[in-house]
Amino acid sequence: MSTTEAPDLVTTIGLEVHVELKTSTKMFCGCPVGFGGEPNTRVCPVCLGHPGTLPTMNEKAVEYTTKIAMALGCDIAPRSIFHRKNYFYPDMPKNYQISQYDLPVGERGSLEVEVDGEFYTVGITRAHLEEDTGKSIHVGGGGRIHDADYSLEDFNRAGTPLVEIVSEPDITSPAIARAYATELRAILEYLGVSDVRMEEGSMRVDANISVAPPGERGKKVEIKNMNSLRSVYRALEYEERRQREVLRAGGTVTQSTRHWDEKAAKTKELRTKEEAFDYRYFPEPDLVPLEPAVEWLRQLREEQPELPIERAKRYERKLGLTPYDAGVLRSTKALGDLFEEALASAKKADAKQVSNWVTNDLMSVLAAVPEGTKNPPLTGSNLAELVDMVAEGALSKSQGQQVLTKMVETGLGAREIAEESGIKQVSDEGALEEAIDAALAANPDVAERLRSGDNKPFGFLMGEVMKATKGQGNPKVVSGLIRRKLIHPD
Amino acid sequence: MGIGREQVEHVAKLARLALTEEELTLFEGQLSAILEHANTVTNLDTEGVEPTSHSMPLMNVMRPDVIIPSIGAEAALANAPAAGDGHFRVPRILEEEG
Repeated sequence: MSTTEAPDLVTTIGLEVHVELKTSTKMFCGCPVGFGGEPNTRVCPVCLGHPGTLPTMNEKAVEYTTKIAMALGCDIAPRSIFHRKNYFYPDMPKNYQISQYDLPVGERGSLEVEVDGEFYTVGITRAHLEEDTGKSIHVGGGGRIHDADYSLEDFNRAGTPLVEIVSEPDITSPAIARAYATELRAILEYLGVSDVRMEEGSMRVDANISVAPPGERGKKVEIKNMNSLRSVYRALEYEERRQREVLRAGGTVTQSTRHWDEKAAKTKELRTKEEAFDYRYFPEPDLVPLEPAVEWLRQLREEQPELPIERAKRYERKLGLTPYDAGVLRSTKALGDLFEEALASAKKADAKQVSNWVTNDLMSVLAAVPEGTKNPPLTGSNLAELVDMVAEGALSKSQGQQVLTKMVETGLGAREIAEESGIKQVSDEGALEEAIDAALAANPDVAERLRSGDNKPFGFLMGEVMKATKGQGNPKVVSGLIRRKLIHPD
Repeated sequence: MGIGREQVEHVAKLARLALTEEELTLFEGQLSAILEHANTVTNLDTEGVEPTSHSMPLMNVMRPDVIIPSIGAEAALANAPAAGDGHFRVPRILEEEG
């Protein structure tokens, strides 16, 4: 909980999340969808809004939107239609955006999130399908819209299928807001319907936050430009504190839109809207209604993957993993899939051992790999081979970590890397005893002290033997031999 | 049922039309006449009739998610009144006046 003050003021937060769908083509034309690239190269007369052109719905985008609405437990509309949202801004060449208004694809869903072991249910108002806008660059006047000399428009993004997911104002803290956005991102990733990259804008989060005494309604402040899950939390925490301070000082909060400035760690007020925009929504006459067939919906339901929260619960109940481990394993679909593949092909290691390798060792190796947890560069059977080698004693734990790092770097198998690099663990007692005797001969006082019950030189002796075996001695066998030889020589 | 002066001004503003006093008066009369004519429909009993957004009995007209090559930046910009750096160049954008 972020709120440490007395509970005489209540925080109310609602989130609006936009996600670009991972289709091959745009919502209403066959232009490819992508990120970056030369400006105005993924455009055609339809997405440029040329007179006489007509939009045609992308069936994949409709399918993905329906899957999202289903995963969020929404009622799927038996009939939904598109509307035109009219506005004057050059980022849409048509001067309107095709969106949905009173008949969206899905309504009345919910999402369960967990914060510090507590579960919260956040209502989903609606999930609707629309098209993304183009991108503007403001030139002159420091690149700010108000002082710019002119603007440049790139319509590559214009028309990309975009789903808007609106939550109920059920969120009572910045921590729950972050958990909601994190859970939603995980669900979308599991569904395989979006890249959900906040830094590239394929997932964008806007928030409404108000603070007021219980039972009263506060003034809504909208926050934009939160480009990571961390900034969602930081921006809301800042804004919650700011509004509390204003109210405590006897002031009033102004209804406004504020921009999160990550560097300054502050929200800053944009121009205040005195009059709500009048978008003059009306039904899009160029598109026909969507009326999903019952059979098609049944088929989509069958195709729904296990959702992250269900997966975590299964890992805890069926495999006996801790909530922490289950939480790491379910954080991306690929990571959980990798764990399950590894567990299925492991011959010796159990669920706990495989899980430990993923949640501790692999996670730290993947930290250096971009998108590593979404796309881990190793297979489950390779991971199982490694975990088994350590479980069998063919590799020590630290040798295993070395091999794992190389597996991620090269994509080769564990056994192959261990053999090529000569990484192995020596458990042969004869060879290790020789090494111990040599170390004792070089350090005669060590044997004396250990025999007389002084355990201090034990670590030193272990170190000497490991050095002599080039780190390949099995530490368990070495320490057992030393004990048998000098400490309990029976 | 007519349309007031204020509504005509509001609609003109939304459409970014700068109208003179004479034009406002002219359109106030014309728009009122059109609305009054359309208003005769409200005399019909529509109890229990679903609002019609589309008059054709068509639905679910979709296309497969298959790429059709784009026309290229040069063709895209060919008709642009102004262009620069492969972009459409537009006049300074002013924020919405309250």
